[in-house]
Amino acid sequence: MIKVIDLYKSFNGRKVLQGINLEVEKGQILALIGGSGTGKSVILKLVIGLMKPDEGKILLDNQDISRLKGKSLKRLKERFGIVFQGGALFDSLTVFENVAFPLEEKTKMKASQIRNAVFHELARVGLTGEENKYPAQISGGMRKRVALARCLVMHPEIVLFDEPTTGLDPLTGKAVHNLIRACQKNLNFTAIIVTHEVPGIFSMVDRVAMLYDGKILAADTPEEIKGSKDPVIHQFIHAELEGPIVIK
Amino acid sequence: MNFIFIPFKIIGNSLHKFIRELGNMTCFLARSVFWMFFYPYLIQRIIKQVYFIGVKSTSVVVLTGSFTGMVLALQTYYALAKFGAETSLGPVVALSLIRELGPVISALMVTGCAGSALTAEIGIMRITEQIDALDAMALNPYKYLIIPNLLAGIISLPLLNAIFVVVGIFGGYAVGVGLMSISGGTYFGGIKDFVTMKDIIEGFYKSLSFGILITWIGCYKGYFTGYGAAGVSKATTQAVVLSSVMILVWDYFMTSLLVA
Ligand SMILES: Nc1ncnc2c1ncn2[C@@H]1O[C@H](COP(=O)(O)OP(=O)(O)O)[C@@H](O)[C@H]1O
Ligand SMILES: [Mg+2]
Repeated sequence: MIKVIDLYKSFNGRKVLQGINLEVEKGQILALIGGSGTGKSVILKLVIGLMKPDEGKILLDNQDISRLKGKSLKRLKERFGIVFQGGALFDSLTVFENVAFPLEEKTKMKASQIRNAVFHELARVGLTGEENKYPAQISGGMRKRVALARCLVMHPEIVLFDEPTTGLDPLTGKAVHNLIRACQKNLNFTAIIVTHEVPGIFSMVDRVAMLYDGKILAADTPEEIKGSKDPVIHQFIHAELEGPIVIK
Repeated sequence: MNFIFIPFKIIGNSLHKFIRELGNMTCFLARSVFWMFFYPYLIQRIIKQVYFIGVKSTSVVVLTGSFTGMVLALQTYYALAKFGAETSLGPVVALSLIRELGPVISALMVTGCAGSALTAEIGIMRITEQIDALDAMALNPYKYLIIPNLLAGIISLPLLNAIFVVVGIFGGYAVGVGLMSISGGTYFGGIKDFVTMKDIIEGFYKSLSFGILITWIGCYKGYFTGYGAAGVSKATTQAVVLSSVMILVWDYFMTSLLVA
């Protein structure tokens, strides 16, 4: 469904992505792993059209995302949902207003319909009763769940998650993972999850891709990645300090 | 021999940076104006920002306006008394306020109150990816964040200026008539005789342009803030300094244009 071909991106002469190749099938979940600052968030932003690549193609159903402009780019973005690293909830709006925001701005639904849809979505992520709080008043795990609700309320075909569990305690993190999995089973969206939760994430994804040094080092099933003989992958998933990866 | 070129290098680099910044800022404003003409028109957000920029600065503007008028009357009375021209206190105070001090000081106050808050708010939205979130929803951030602020600046600054001037004139009245020995009739009669519509309109134009200037710089610095909390605090400082300087510089050019 999504195919990334030879993607290059640099910032002020700093090469971040140097020939990324990736593929995600419809209805599958891909986990994107790799060290901090290697460009995982940049890949997501390129895929959703928030940035333009220097070179390369991003195909969605054989249409090149990076060449789109204006109306067609807008329509493309509407097929995607993204859950940002910190949730990116609007500080000035309550939980309810945050989830209602895309519906109010992008659909012609009546207020009562929006209300129903928002409560339905908040119930799905287990946040009934929290709708009048502001993002600053709720915990990090709750913020991520609100962000998920805000994303799912538009019924996206493809959902991108940027480190959905970073900064959460292990239990809350697991709950968020299970929630993502349950939602994916229900709604059957295609997903890319950027994560550091190795090997915890392996049980819930279809494929794992490892980003290292601007390239995708390997993209395979979780079992293959787990058993990989590649020293870089081995070092990363076993969190060993000794090895080819230099920790800066 | 290389050290000879170092000064040129520094001058060239900073000039290059300055021109680039100027170009970016102009593009930013041009883009905002362009999108202003397209649907949706977010009237509610404009009203909210008028509250944010205008209403919240009102108390400060009233306070500074009254003291400016009072001190202006004191100083002017002292100077006028040397020529035996105390009776023209009213028009001198009023003209200074209407043509110069009202627009400039109210704009400086708004820069401190609302301009800095604007930069910080938009900057935080940038670093916490809220602006990216808007963009990812295929909603234009300029429409939601920048344009309402620009329009709110255009609406509120002339109004704040008017409040400043009126309060200042009454402050001058309190000093001139209350403390000194000018009659109320002389004070207001002089204002009526010497202040023309042209003076008022020129002050209005000034505060209008300051409204654009403050929100333009505030939004721009916030929208393109650097990384992290340090980036936002730097952007906020830059916005306040640049706005204040630009207000005074632009004031001079505007005055020389309008007077000529
Ligand atoms: N908008 C930007 N401008 C300049 N540099 C950027 C930008 N976005 C990301 N980068 C740089 O790209 C690199 C990768 O960033 P990122 O994708 O956020 O890493 P991560 O893999 O931790 O998500 C970082 O070194 C960062 O400094
Ligand atoms: Mg990241």
